[in-house]
Amino acid sequence: MKRFLREHSYTLLLVGILIVTIVILSIASPYFLSWKNCRNILNQSAIYLVLSVGMTFVICMGEIDLSVGAIIGFSGMIMGMLCVAGVPSLLAVLLGLMVASAIGFTNGFLVSYCKINSFIVTLAMMTILRGVILVWTNAKPIYGFSDIFTFLGSGKIGPVNVPIVLSLLIAAVGAVILHKTVLGNYCLFCGTNELAANRAGINVRKYKIMIFTICGLCAGIAGLIVTARLNSAEPLAGQGYEMDAIAATILGGTSMQGGKGNVLGTVIACLILNILKNGLVLLSISSHYQEVLTGAILIVAVFISESNKRKRSEV
Amino acid sequence: MQEAYIRAENLYKDFGHVQALRGASVFAYEGEVLAIVGDNGAGKSTLIKIISGVLTPDRGEIHIGNEVFSSLSTRKAIEAGVSTVYQDLALGNTMDVTSNLFLGNELSRFGFLRKKEMKAEAEKLLESLDIRIPDVTQPVGNLSGGQRQGVAVARLVNQGGKVFIFDEPTAAMGINETNAVLTLIRRLADEGYVVIVISHNMPQVFNISDRICVMRHGQVIKELRTEDTSMDEVVSMITGAAGI
Ligand SMILES: Nc1ncnc2c1ncn2[C@@H]1O[C@H](COP(=O)(O)OP(=O)(O)O)[C@@H](O)[C@H]1O
Ligand SMILES: [Mg+2]
Repeated sequence: MKRFLREHSYTLLLVGILIVTIVILSIASPYFLSWKNCRNILNQSAIYLVLSVGMTFVICMGEIDLSVGAIIGFSGMIMGMLCVAGVPSLLAVLLGLMVASAIGFTNGFLVSYCKINSFIVTLAMMTILRGVILVWTNAKPIYGFSDIFTFLGSGKIGPVNVPIVLSLLIAAVGAVILHKTVLGNYCLFCGTNELAANRAGINVRKYKIMIFTICGLCAGIAGLIVTARLNSAEPLAGQGYEMDAIAATILGGTSMQGGKGNVLGTVIACLILNILKNGLVLLSISSHYQEVLTGAILIVAVFISESNKRKRSEV
Repeated sequence: MQEAYIRAENLYKDFGHVQALRGASVFAYEGEVLAIVGDNGAGKSTLIKIISGVLTPDRGEIHIGNEVFSSLSTRKAIEAGVSTVYQDLALGNTMDVTSNLFLGNELSRFGFLRKKEMKAEAEKLLESLDIRIPDVTQPVGNLSGGQRQGVAVARLVNQGGKVFIFDEPTAAMGINETNAVLTLIRRLADEGYVVIVISHNMPQVFNISDRICVMRHGQVIKELRTEDTSMDEVVSMITGAAGI
């Protein structure tokens, strides 16, 4: 029990914040807790959730991926172009996801083999992808997809939207991989002491590439959801989403230094941020305040989690 | 007498114009603690770096068990069971004791960690080495220096390590920590492992070692059984006052 509290104190704090936020908003707006609005929140969160799960892996490894927003746009464009060219929808999706993974793989390769800082690699990748999108599409959206394709973005399985199911599934798989598998263990270990992992005979480069590939794949899935939902591949789709994903990951308790993090925290943080966004809309407060609020929450959260660490290291 | 498990013979190593080793030879046996002593710059670290594959000698041979090497890499050395215990370089502070212990040798099925079995094995291993860590699920960063040293050693034992080298293991440690590390070192030798310790601390050397190897100017000038010598004698050899 004591260990449970020690390991999960921060996550419990997040749960507390989540509950308090929900209580306040449900008092402020009677519409807030309606099933329709809850579903709406989860549906909005889905994209960020998928993106943040991938980001959690990368940050746990002590790296960063700024290209995920651009991968959303790029993979969406690939899927859109293929669909419009008459490629069967599911094949187009598969190819789009493969391209997204390949971009992640390239990021990982450049970081691990060419030893370029991941901030630089993924910043450059972001710029390149955005440039290519604009060149290929002439900055015009591609639209008009099959029903099968749009089903993945706006369809429903029973009462819930497909993206909700998809994102929760990915979060569950991500949690299992990070906390229960050798891959997750190495991801965290490389984040905390890469040299030690190397000396212990672990192929650090291989695992770095795998983690960046996973992150790319997650961004591709987010790209699928965005494109299918809008029934349109927008050149600027996903712009700035990398910041939301990083914010959710850090707020979720993943350490920027690497070596520490958990998917559940990321999921809760994602919900908190999206609930706030939704609540401010319901209360007709300008969405600009939401950005101010997100920034402020992030600083407070990191301060709390870091001060826990300071306390422990002083003992 | 049994044959030496490690025989490093006639090693030479230059760094530019500095001759760090000039025909140094050293033997280490299973079940004993060998202390290497010598003044600063005598070549102690260089010698053990060669034995553990971090440096390659300009000349000389290293016998480990039945194998002969003219040069080693760290990987080859680890495969031969030789490793230097560097607690801070070896451990992941945010990871728990079990993950650190099994790093690179995880028990898994289809890529899934068998955490329960690893935890049980870790507890068993630590107990067999008399390393006291009450909770193996806590991060290694929360442990004391002595416990961390213990985790680093336990991993090497688990990897099939045979020879453990400690370079100034208790430098910057408090009394309790130091005692824990010395107990561990003694314990390893009693379990039949080969243990080599570099130390400047004479009482410590006399407390834990079975044999002492004195280095001076890149050579091993004397090997002694600890019980046959005294601190004064060893110190006079280190400083050169003994005239060897
Ligand atoms: N990497 C190096 N480059 C240049 N000189 C070195 C290097 N390592 C050791 N030396 C020199 O070799 C000699 C022996 O060093 P070392 O083996 O570290 O001695 P000890 O550990 O006994 O104090 C010293 O004179 C030292 O300055
Ligand atoms: Mg030295």
